[in-house]
Amino acid sequence: MSTADRVKSIVVDHLGVEADEVKPEASFIDDLGADSLDIVELVMAFEEEFGVEIPDDAAEKIQTVGDAIAYIDQHQGA
Amino acid sequence: MRRVVVTGLGLVTPLGADVETAWKNIIAAKSGAGTITRFDATDFQSNYACEVKPADHQYGFDASKRVDHKIQRQVDPFIVYGIDAAGQAIEDAGLTDMSEEERLRAGCSIGSGIGGLPGIESESLVLAEKGPKRVSPHFVHGRLINLISGQVSIKYGLMGPNHAVVTACSTGAHSIGDAARMIVDGDADVMLAGGAEAAICPIGIAGFGQARALSTAFRDEPWRASRPYDKDRDGFVMGEGAGVVVLEEYEHAKKRGATIYAEVVGYGLSGDAYHVTAPHPEGSGAFRSMQMAMRKSGLSLADIDYINAHGTSTPLGDELELGAVRRLFGDAIGGLSMSSTKSAIGHLLGGAGAVESIFCILALRDQIVPPTLNLDNPSESCEGVDLVPHKAKERKVKAVLNNSFGFGGTNASLVMKAV
Repeated sequence: MSTADRVKSIVVDHLGVEADEVKPEASFIDDLGADSLDIVELVMAFEEEFGVEIPDDAAEKIQTVGDAIAYIDQHQGA
Repeated sequence: MRRVVVTGLGLVTPLGADVETAWKNIIAAKSGAGTITRFDATDFQSNYACEVKPADHQYGFDASKRVDHKIQRQVDPFIVYGIDAAGQAIEDAGLTDMSEEERLRAGCSIGSGIGGLPGIESESLVLAEKGPKRVSPHFVHGRLINLISGQVSIKYGLMGPNHAVVTACSTGAHSIGDAARMIVDGDADVMLAGGAEAAICPIGIAGFGQARALSTAFRDEPWRASRPYDKDRDGFVMGEGAGVVVLEEYEHAKKRGATIYAEVVGYGLSGDAYHVTAPHPEGSGAFRSMQMAMRKSGLSLADIDYINAHGTSTPLGDELELGAVRRLFGDAIGGLSMSSTKSAIGHLLGGAGAVESIFCILALRDQIVPPTLNLDNPSESCEGVDLVPHKAKERKVKAVLNNSFGFGGTNASLVMKAV
Protein backbone atom coordinates (compact mmCIF):
# COMPACT_ATOMS: atom_id res chain seq x y z
CA MET A 1 0.00 0.00 0.00
CA SER A 2 1.20 3.52 -0.77
CA THR A 3 1.76 6.10 1.95
CA ALA A 4 -1.39 7.88 0.78
CA ASP A 5 -3.54 4.75 1.14
CA ARG A 6 -2.17 3.95 4.58
CA VAL A 7 -2.73 7.54 5.76
CA LYS A 8 -6.25 7.42 4.36
CA SER A 9 -7.10 4.24 6.21
CA ILE A 10 -5.83 5.66 9.54
CA VAL A 11 -7.84 8.85 9.03
CA VAL A 12 -10.99 6.90 8.16
CA ASP A 13 -10.61 4.73 11.24
CA HIS A 14 -9.83 7.56 13.67
CA LEU A 15 -12.26 10.20 12.49
CA GLY A 16 -15.07 7.96 11.30
CA VAL A 17 -15.27 9.72 7.92
CA GLU A 18 -15.94 8.22 4.48
CA ALA A 19 -12.85 7.20 2.50
CA ASP A 20 -13.74 9.44 -0.47
CA GLU A 21 -13.73 12.51 1.81
CA VAL A 22 -10.08 11.92 2.63
CA LYS A 23 -8.60 13.85 -0.33
CA PRO A 24 -5.08 15.33 -0.24
CA GLU A 25 -6.45 18.85 0.01
CA ALA A 26 -8.88 17.98 2.85
CA SER A 27 -8.19 19.88 6.07
CA PHE A 28 -8.39 17.70 9.17
CA ILE A 29 -10.19 20.39 11.15
CA ASP A 30 -12.28 22.22 8.53
CA ASP A 31 -13.24 19.30 6.29
CA LEU A 32 -12.91 16.15 8.37
CA GLY A 33 -14.34 17.32 11.71
CA ALA A 34 -11.19 16.77 13.78
CA ASP A 35 -10.37 18.79 16.88
CA SER A 36 -6.88 19.54 18.19
CA LEU A 37 -6.79 16.36 20.29
CA ASP A 38 -7.85 14.24 17.33
CA ILE A 39 -4.81 15.62 15.50
CA VAL A 40 -2.54 14.66 18.41
CA GLU A 41 -3.96 11.17 18.14
CA LEU A 42 -3.59 11.04 14.36
CA VAL A 43 0.02 12.14 14.59
CA MET A 44 0.64 9.37 17.13
CA ALA A 45 -0.94 6.86 14.79
CA PHE A 46 1.21 8.08 11.86
CA GLU A 47 4.34 7.79 14.01
CA GLU A 48 3.45 4.21 14.93
CA GLU A 49 2.46 3.18 11.43
CA PHE A 50 5.42 4.68 9.58
CA GLY A 51 8.13 4.56 12.26
CA VAL A 52 8.76 8.29 11.95
CA GLU A 53 8.99 10.89 14.65
CA ILE A 54 6.83 13.97 14.20
CA PRO A 55 7.90 16.70 16.64
CA ASP A 56 5.24 19.11 17.96
CA ASP A 57 6.38 22.04 15.80
CA ALA A 58 6.17 19.88 12.67
CA ALA A 59 2.83 18.44 13.78
CA GLU A 60 1.39 21.95 14.02
CA LYS A 61 2.11 22.48 10.32
CA ILE A 62 0.27 19.32 9.28
CA GLN A 63 -3.15 20.69 8.45
CA THR A 64 -4.26 18.65 5.48
CA VAL A 65 -4.11 15.01 4.47
CA GLY A 66 -1.58 16.02 1.80
CA ASP A 67 0.65 17.70 4.42
CA ALA A 68 0.75 14.46 6.37
CA ILE A 69 1.59 12.35 3.32
CA ALA A 70 4.33 14.76 2.25
CA TYR A 71 5.90 14.88 5.73
CA ILE A 72 5.90 11.10 6.05
CA ASP A 73 7.35 10.58 2.54
CA GLN A 74 10.10 13.09 3.28
CA HIS A 75 11.09 11.68 6.65
CA GLN A 76 10.45 7.97 6.36
CA GLY A 77 13.66 5.99 6.52
CA ALA A 78 15.57 9.23 7.03
CA MET B 1 -44.59 21.21 45.87
CA ARG B 2 -43.32 20.30 42.41
CA ARG B 3 -43.97 16.65 41.54
CA VAL B 4 -41.56 14.50 39.53
CA VAL B 5 -42.65 11.89 37.00
CA VAL B 6 -40.86 9.47 34.71
CA THR B 7 -41.59 10.03 31.01
CA GLY B 8 -38.82 8.14 29.21
CA LEU B 9 -36.83 4.93 29.64
CA GLY B 10 -33.58 3.58 28.19
CA LEU B 11 -31.76 0.32 28.84
CA VAL B 12 -28.60 -1.44 27.76
CA THR B 13 -28.38 -4.79 29.54
CA PRO B 14 -26.95 -8.29 29.15
CA LEU B 15 -30.48 -9.43 28.19
CA GLY B 16 -31.24 -6.77 25.64
CA ALA B 17 -30.16 -3.32 24.51
CA ASP B 18 -33.59 -1.74 24.48
CA VAL B 19 -36.34 -1.56 27.09
CA GLU B 20 -38.83 -3.98 25.57
CA THR B 21 -36.30 -6.71 24.68
CA ALA B 22 -34.62 -6.60 28.09
CA TRP B 23 -37.96 -6.64 29.92
CA LYS B 24 -39.34 -9.48 27.80
CA ASN B 25 -36.28 -11.58 28.57
CA ILE B 26 -36.38 -10.71 32.28
CA ILE B 27 -40.03 -11.74 32.47
CA ALA B 28 -39.25 -14.93 30.52
CA ALA B 29 -36.72 -15.79 33.28
CA LYS B 30 -33.73 -15.83 30.97
CA SER B 31 -30.19 -15.46 32.28
CA GLY B 32 -27.59 -13.16 30.76
CA ALA B 33 -24.68 -14.99 32.35
CA GLY B 34 -21.97 -16.86 30.49
CA THR B 35 -18.26 -17.51 30.30
CA ILE B 36 -16.38 -14.23 29.87
CA THR B 37 -15.61 -13.56 26.19
CA ARG B 38 -13.82 -10.17 26.45
CA PHE B 39 -10.58 -11.77 27.60
CA ASP B 40 -9.32 -15.19 28.61
CA ALA B 41 -10.44 -15.44 32.24
CA THR B 42 -9.51 -19.09 32.68
CA ASP B 43 -6.99 -18.37 35.42
CA PHE B 44 -9.11 -15.76 37.20
CA GLN B 45 -10.99 -16.20 40.46
CA SER B 46 -14.20 -16.18 38.43
CA ASN B 47 -14.45 -16.79 34.67
CA TYR B 48 -18.09 -15.82 34.19
CA ALA B 49 -20.11 -12.63 34.02
CA CYS B 50 -23.21 -11.11 32.44
CA GLU B 51 -21.80 -9.34 29.39
CA VAL B 52 -23.71 -7.05 27.08
CA LYS B 53 -23.91 -9.09 23.89
CA PRO B 54 -22.34 -8.04 20.56
CA ALA B 55 -24.42 -6.46 17.80
CA ASP B 56 -24.89 -9.70 15.84
CA HIS B 57 -26.46 -11.47 18.85
CA GLN B 58 -30.27 -11.75 18.88
CA TYR B 59 -30.42 -9.30 21.78
CA GLY B 60 -27.06 -7.65 21.31
CA PHE B 61 -26.01 -4.01 21.49
CA ASP B 62 -25.23 -2.02 18.34
CA ALA B 63 -23.13 0.95 19.49
CA SER B 64 -23.31 2.63 16.09
CA LYS B 65 -27.06 3.23 16.46
CA ARG B 66 -26.58 6.31 18.66
CA VAL B 67 -22.85 6.84 19.16
CA ASP B 68 -20.51 8.25 16.49
CA HIS B 69 -17.68 6.01 15.38
CA LYS B 70 -15.15 8.60 16.52
CA ILE B 71 -16.59 8.78 20.03
CA GLN B 72 -16.78 4.99 20.27
CA ARG B 73 -13.02 4.87 19.63
CA GLN B 74 -12.20 7.54 22.18
CA VAL B 75 -14.24 6.60 25.23
CA ASP B 76 -14.72 3.61 27.50
CA PRO B 77 -17.71 1.30 26.97
CA PHE B 78 -19.55 2.59 30.07
CA ILE B 79 -19.85 5.98 28.33
CA VAL B 80 -21.06 4.36 25.10
CA TYR B 81 -23.72 2.40 27.03
CA GLY B 82 -24.72 5.56 28.88
CA ILE B 83 -25.04 7.69 25.75
CA ASP B 84 -27.18 5.02 24.10
CA ALA B 85 -29.46 4.51 27.11
CA ALA B 86 -29.86 8.29 27.47
CA GLY B 87 -30.68 8.52 23.76
CA GLN B 88 -33.34 5.83 24.09
CA ALA B 89 -34.86 7.63 27.06
CA ILE B 90 -35.01 11.08 25.47
CA GLU B 91 -36.42 9.60 22.25
CA ASP B 92 -39.00 7.66 24.27
CA ALA B 93 -40.00 10.87 26.06
CA GLY B 94 -40.28 12.71 22.74
CA LEU B 95 -37.87 15.42 23.89
CA THR B 96 -35.20 15.30 21.20
CA ASP B 97 -36.36 18.62 19.69
CA MET B 98 -36.58 20.92 22.69
CA SER B 99 -36.35 24.68 22.19
CA GLU B 100 -33.35 26.55 23.56
CA GLU B 101 -35.49 27.82 26.42
CA GLU B 102 -36.49 24.27 27.32
CA ARG B 103 -32.93 23.00 26.99
CA LEU B 104 -31.75 25.65 29.47
CA ARG B 105 -33.97 23.87 31.99
CA ALA B 106 -33.00 20.31 31.05
CA GLY B 107 -29.98 18.55 32.57
CA CYS B 108 -28.17 15.28 33.18
CA SER B 109 -27.38 13.22 36.26
CA ILE B 110 -25.83 10.02 34.93
CA GLY B 111 -23.13 8.42 37.04
CA SER B 112 -21.03 5.31 37.30
CA GLY B 113 -19.50 3.32 40.12
CA ILE B 114 -16.00 2.88 38.74
CA GLY B 115 -15.87 4.61 35.37
CA GLY B 116 -13.46 3.68 32.62
CA LEU B 117 -11.65 0.78 34.19
CA PRO B 118 -10.88 -1.15 30.96
CA GLY B 119 -9.35 1.96 29.42
CA ILE B 120 -7.36 2.81 32.54
CA GLU B 121 -6.02 -0.72 32.48
CA SER B 122 -5.13 -0.80 28.79
CA GLU B 123 -3.61 2.69 28.62
CA SER B 124 -1.51 1.90 31.71
CA LEU B 125 -0.07 -0.98 29.72
CA VAL B 126 0.60 1.35 26.78
CA LEU B 127 2.37 3.73 29.16
CA ALA B 128 4.50 0.93 30.60
CA GLU B 129 5.36 -0.58 27.22
CA LYS B 130 5.65 2.44 24.93
CA GLY B 131 6.04 5.48 27.17
CA PRO B 132 4.03 8.65 27.83
CA LYS B 133 3.99 9.88 24.22
CA ARG B 134 1.83 6.94 23.18
CA VAL B 135 -0.95 7.48 25.75
CA SER B 136 -4.16 8.55 24.01
CA PRO B 137 -4.91 12.29 24.16
CA HIS B 138 -8.49 11.20 24.82
CA PHE B 139 -7.46 9.08 27.80
CA VAL B 140 -8.72 11.35 30.58
CA HIS B 141 -12.05 12.53 29.19
CA GLY B 142 -12.71 9.07 27.78
CA ARG B 143 -12.63 7.52 31.25
CA LEU B 144 -14.05 10.15 33.63
CA ILE B 145 -17.30 9.21 35.31
CA ASN B 146 -19.09 12.50 34.59
CA LEU B 147 -18.43 12.16 30.86
CA ILE B 148 -21.72 10.39 30.18
CA SER B 149 -23.50 13.48 31.44
CA GLY B 150 -20.95 15.57 29.53
CA GLN B 151 -21.36 13.74 26.22
CA VAL B 152 -25.15 13.55 26.49
CA SER B 153 -25.46 17.25 27.30
CA ILE B 154 -23.38 18.13 24.23
CA LYS B 155 -25.28 15.74 21.97
CA TYR B 156 -28.72 17.04 22.94
CA GLY B 157 -27.80 20.60 23.95
CA LEU B 158 -28.92 20.19 27.57
CA MET B 159 -27.76 23.27 29.45
CA GLY B 160 -29.32 22.62 32.87
CA PRO B 161 -27.60 20.91 35.82
CA ASN B 162 -24.78 18.61 34.76
CA HIS B 163 -24.14 16.15 37.54
CA ALA B 164 -22.65 12.70 38.06
CA VAL B 165 -23.00 10.57 41.16
CA VAL B 166 -20.22 8.20 42.27
CA THR B 167 -21.50 6.02 45.08
CA ALA B 168 -20.41 2.54 43.99
CA CYS B 169 -23.42 0.25 43.62
CA SER B 170 -25.85 2.90 44.86
CA THR B 171 -24.95 5.28 42.02
CA GLY B 172 -27.97 4.62 39.79
CA ALA B 173 -30.48 5.12 42.60
CA HIS B 174 -28.73 8.20 43.99
CA SER B 175 -28.57 9.66 40.46
CA ILE B 176 -32.32 9.40 40.07
CA GLY B 177 -32.99 10.63 43.60
CA ASP B 178 -30.67 13.62 43.29
CA ALA B 179 -32.04 14.54 39.88
CA ALA B 180 -35.61 14.32 41.16
CA ARG B 181 -34.66 16.67 43.95
CA MET B 182 -33.20 19.15 41.42
CA ILE B 183 -36.58 19.20 39.70
CA VAL B 184 -38.42 19.65 43.02
CA ASP B 185 -36.06 22.52 43.88
CA GLY B 186 -36.76 24.19 40.55
CA ASP B 187 -33.24 23.83 39.16
CA ALA B 188 -34.60 22.02 36.10
CA ASP B 189 -37.85 20.81 34.54
CA VAL B 190 -36.33 17.79 32.77
CA MET B 191 -33.45 15.58 33.90
CA LEU B 192 -31.86 12.56 32.25
CA ALA B 193 -30.91 10.41 35.22
CA GLY B 194 -29.29 7.03 35.66
CA GLY B 195 -26.07 5.08 35.75
CA ALA B 196 -23.79 2.91 33.66
CA GLU B 197 -20.98 0.45 34.19
CA ALA B 198 -18.59 -1.61 32.09
CA ALA B 199 -15.89 -3.09 34.27
CA ILE B 200 -15.66 -6.63 32.91
CA CYS B 201 -11.94 -6.48 32.23
CA PRO B 202 -8.98 -8.32 33.76
CA ILE B 203 -8.29 -5.80 36.53
CA GLY B 204 -12.02 -5.53 37.33
CA ILE B 205 -12.57 -9.26 37.70
CA ALA B 206 -9.27 -9.70 39.55
CA GLY B 207 -10.03 -6.81 41.90
CA PHE B 208 -13.55 -7.87 42.83
CA GLY B 209 -12.31 -11.46 43.00
CA GLN B 210 -9.61 -10.52 45.50
CA ALA B 211 -12.20 -8.59 47.53
CA ARG B 212 -13.98 -11.96 47.80
CA ALA B 213 -17.12 -10.41 46.33
CA LEU B 214 -17.59 -12.57 43.23
CA SER B 215 -19.31 -15.91 42.80
CA THR B 216 -16.69 -18.53 41.93
CA ALA B 217 -18.36 -21.93 42.31
CA PHE B 218 -20.33 -22.15 39.07
CA ARG B 219 -17.70 -22.32 36.31
CA ASP B 220 -19.55 -25.05 34.45
CA GLU B 221 -23.01 -23.52 34.81
CA PRO B 222 -22.66 -19.73 34.97
CA TRP B 223 -26.41 -19.19 34.56
CA ARG B 224 -26.89 -20.81 38.00
CA ALA B 225 -24.35 -18.56 39.73
CA SER B 226 -26.45 -15.50 40.57
CA ARG B 227 -28.89 -16.94 43.11
CA PRO B 228 -30.00 -14.33 45.64
CA TYR B 229 -31.51 -15.74 48.87
CA ASP B 230 -30.59 -19.30 47.88
CA LYS B 231 -28.55 -21.36 50.34
CA ASP B 232 -25.85 -22.04 47.72
CA ARG B 233 -25.19 -18.40 46.83
CA ASP B 234 -21.51 -17.51 46.98
CA GLY B 235 -21.07 -13.97 45.68
CA PHE B 236 -22.26 -11.68 42.91
CA VAL B 237 -21.91 -12.11 39.17
CA MET B 238 -20.56 -9.03 37.45
CA GLY B 239 -22.90 -7.42 34.95
CA GLU B 240 -22.60 -4.36 32.73
CA GLY B 241 -24.82 -1.92 30.90
CA ALA B 242 -26.76 1.24 31.57
CA GLY B 243 -30.16 2.53 32.61
CA VAL B 244 -31.37 6.09 32.09
CA VAL B 245 -34.78 7.63 32.74
CA VAL B 246 -36.24 10.97 31.79
CA LEU B 247 -37.53 12.69 34.91
CA GLU B 248 -39.89 15.57 34.34
CA GLU B 249 -41.84 18.03 36.41
CA TYR B 250 -45.43 16.79 36.46
CA GLU B 251 -47.16 19.91 35.06
CA HIS B 252 -44.51 20.17 32.34
CA ALA B 253 -45.18 16.57 31.33
CA LYS B 254 -48.95 16.97 31.49
CA LYS B 255 -48.93 20.14 29.43
CA ARG B 256 -47.18 18.50 26.53
CA GLY B 257 -49.26 15.32 26.78
CA ALA B 258 -46.32 13.06 27.63
CA THR B 259 -46.75 9.40 28.51
CA ILE B 260 -46.23 9.21 32.28
CA TYR B 261 -44.83 5.91 33.49
CA ALA B 262 -44.63 6.63 37.21
CA GLU B 263 -44.13 9.27 39.86
CA VAL B 264 -41.01 9.40 42.02
CA VAL B 265 -42.46 9.97 45.49
CA GLY B 266 -39.77 8.97 47.95
CA TYR B 267 -35.99 9.08 48.16
CA GLY B 268 -33.98 7.87 51.12
CA LEU B 269 -30.24 7.92 51.76
CA SER B 270 -28.03 6.74 54.59
CA GLY B 271 -24.55 5.66 55.56
CA ASP B 272 -23.66 2.46 57.40
CA ALA B 273 -20.63 4.03 59.14
CA TYR B 274 -19.39 0.51 59.69
CA HIS B 275 -17.07 -1.13 57.12
CA VAL B 276 -15.81 -0.45 53.58
CA THR B 277 -17.18 -3.64 52.01
CA ALA B 278 -19.24 -5.53 54.62
CA PRO B 279 -22.80 -4.39 55.29
CA HIS B 280 -23.78 -3.33 58.80
CA PRO B 281 -24.52 -6.53 60.78
CA GLU B 282 -28.00 -5.31 61.70
CA GLY B 283 -28.73 -3.82 58.29
CA SER B 284 -29.24 -0.48 60.00
CA GLY B 285 -28.20 1.60 56.98
CA ALA B 286 -30.54 -0.31 54.70
CA PHE B 287 -33.35 0.07 57.22
CA ARG B 288 -32.90 3.83 57.62
CA SER B 289 -32.62 4.38 53.86
CA MET B 290 -35.91 2.59 53.20
CA GLN B 291 -37.55 4.24 56.19
CA MET B 292 -36.64 7.72 54.94
CA ALA B 293 -37.88 6.97 51.41
CA MET B 294 -41.17 5.62 52.80
CA ARG B 295 -41.66 8.56 55.15
CA LYS B 296 -41.17 11.06 52.35
CA SER B 297 -43.46 9.15 49.99
CA GLY B 298 -46.48 9.69 52.21
CA LEU B 299 -47.49 6.11 51.46
CA SER B 300 -48.22 3.52 54.10
CA LEU B 301 -46.10 0.38 54.26
CA ALA B 302 -49.03 -1.71 53.09
CA ASP B 303 -49.14 0.33 49.87
CA ILE B 304 -45.87 -1.15 48.61
CA ASP B 305 -46.59 -4.05 46.26
CA TYR B 306 -43.12 -4.79 44.95
CA ILE B 307 -39.55 -4.36 46.15
CA ASN B 308 -36.71 -4.72 43.69
CA ALA B 309 -34.07 -5.77 46.18
CA HIS B 310 -30.41 -4.94 46.14
CA GLY B 311 -30.05 -8.74 46.54
CA THR B 312 -26.63 -9.31 45.01
CA SER B 313 -26.37 -13.02 45.88
CA THR B 314 -23.67 -12.53 48.50
CA PRO B 315 -23.93 -14.67 51.65
CA LEU B 316 -24.14 -11.71 54.07
CA GLY B 317 -25.86 -8.94 52.12
CA ASP B 318 -29.05 -10.72 51.04
CA GLU B 319 -30.12 -11.77 54.53
CA LEU B 320 -29.30 -8.43 56.11
CA GLU B 321 -31.41 -6.61 53.53
CA LEU B 322 -34.25 -9.06 53.99
CA GLY B 323 -33.98 -8.63 57.77
CA ALA B 324 -34.19 -4.85 57.39
CA VAL B 325 -37.22 -5.16 55.10
CA ARG B 326 -38.87 -7.48 57.62
CA ARG B 327 -38.27 -5.07 60.50
CA LEU B 328 -39.51 -2.04 58.58
CA PHE B 329 -42.55 -3.62 56.97
CA GLY B 330 -43.66 -5.87 59.83
CA ASP B 331 -46.92 -7.58 58.96
CA ALA B 332 -47.13 -5.68 55.67
CA ILE B 333 -44.39 -7.93 54.31
CA GLY B 334 -47.01 -10.61 53.69
CA GLY B 335 -48.69 -8.47 51.06
CA LEU B 336 -45.70 -7.62 48.91
CA SER B 337 -43.46 -9.38 46.43
CA MET B 338 -39.71 -8.87 46.50
CA SER B 339 -37.26 -10.11 43.89
CA SER B 340 -33.74 -9.57 42.69
CA THR B 341 -33.29 -9.12 38.95
CA LYS B 342 -29.55 -9.43 39.55
CA SER B 343 -30.30 -13.15 39.34
CA ALA B 344 -30.82 -12.60 35.60
CA ILE B 345 -28.50 -9.78 34.54
CA GLY B 346 -25.90 -9.87 37.30
CA HIS B 347 -24.78 -6.85 39.25
CA LEU B 348 -24.49 -3.73 37.11
CA LEU B 349 -22.71 -1.89 39.94
CA GLY B 350 -23.19 1.83 39.22
CA GLY B 351 -25.86 0.99 36.65
CA ALA B 352 -27.84 -1.33 38.92
CA GLY B 353 -30.06 1.18 40.72
CA ALA B 354 -31.17 2.81 37.48
CA VAL B 355 -31.74 -0.40 35.54
CA GLU B 356 -33.65 -1.91 38.44
CA SER B 357 -35.74 1.25 38.87
CA ILE B 358 -36.76 0.81 35.25
CA PHE B 359 -37.79 -2.78 35.95
CA CYS B 360 -39.86 -1.45 38.87
CA ILE B 361 -41.53 1.06 36.52
CA LEU B 362 -42.27 -1.69 33.98
CA ALA B 363 -43.75 -3.81 36.78
CA LEU B 364 -46.09 -0.86 37.48
CA ARG B 365 -46.93 -0.57 33.79
CA ASP B 366 -47.54 -4.25 33.11
CA GLN B 367 -48.84 -5.46 36.51
CA ILE B 368 -46.29 -8.23 36.63
CA VAL B 369 -43.23 -8.67 38.88
CA PRO B 370 -39.97 -10.18 37.62
CA PRO B 371 -38.62 -13.40 39.11
CA THR B 372 -35.64 -14.28 41.28
CA LEU B 373 -33.86 -16.98 39.29
CA ASN B 374 -32.14 -20.01 40.83
CA LEU B 375 -33.95 -19.72 44.14
CA ASP B 376 -34.04 -23.50 44.61
CA ASN B 377 -33.46 -23.69 48.37
CA PRO B 378 -34.26 -20.41 50.08
CA SER B 379 -32.41 -19.60 53.29
CA GLU B 380 -34.49 -20.13 56.45
CA SER B 381 -34.75 -16.36 56.91
CA CYS B 382 -36.84 -16.11 53.72
CA GLU B 383 -39.86 -17.79 55.34
CA GLY B 384 -43.09 -15.95 54.72
CA VAL B 385 -41.71 -13.59 52.06
CA ASP B 386 -42.76 -13.87 48.41
CA LEU B 387 -39.37 -13.75 46.66
CA VAL B 388 -40.97 -14.61 43.28
CA PRO B 389 -38.86 -17.73 42.69
CA HIS B 390 -38.16 -18.89 39.13
CA LYS B 391 -41.17 -17.35 37.38
CA ALA B 392 -42.58 -13.87 36.90
CA LYS B 393 -45.86 -13.28 38.67
CA GLU B 394 -48.87 -11.28 37.57
CA ARG B 395 -50.23 -9.23 40.41
CA LYS B 396 -51.46 -5.79 41.38
CA VAL B 397 -48.55 -3.33 41.36
CA LYS B 398 -49.37 0.26 42.34
CA ALA B 399 -46.29 1.28 44.33
CA VAL B 400 -42.73 0.00 44.31
CA LEU B 401 -39.52 0.35 46.31
CA ASN B 402 -36.03 -0.03 44.90
CA ASN B 403 -32.96 -0.56 47.08
CA SER B 404 -29.28 -0.06 46.23
CA PHE B 405 -26.37 -0.40 48.64
CA GLY B 406 -22.71 0.20 47.87
CA PHE B 407 -19.15 -0.23 49.06
CA GLY B 408 -18.28 2.42 51.57
CA GLY B 409 -21.59 1.75 53.33
CA THR B 410 -23.70 4.00 51.10
CA ASN B 411 -27.42 3.27 50.76
CA ALA B 412 -30.21 4.63 48.59
CA SER B 413 -33.90 3.77 48.28
CA LEU B 414 -36.49 5.05 45.84
CA VAL B 415 -40.27 4.80 46.09
CA MET B 416 -42.31 5.20 42.92
CA LYS B 417 -45.99 4.86 42.23
CA ALA B 418 -48.48 4.81 39.42
CA VAL B 419 -49.97 8.20 38.56
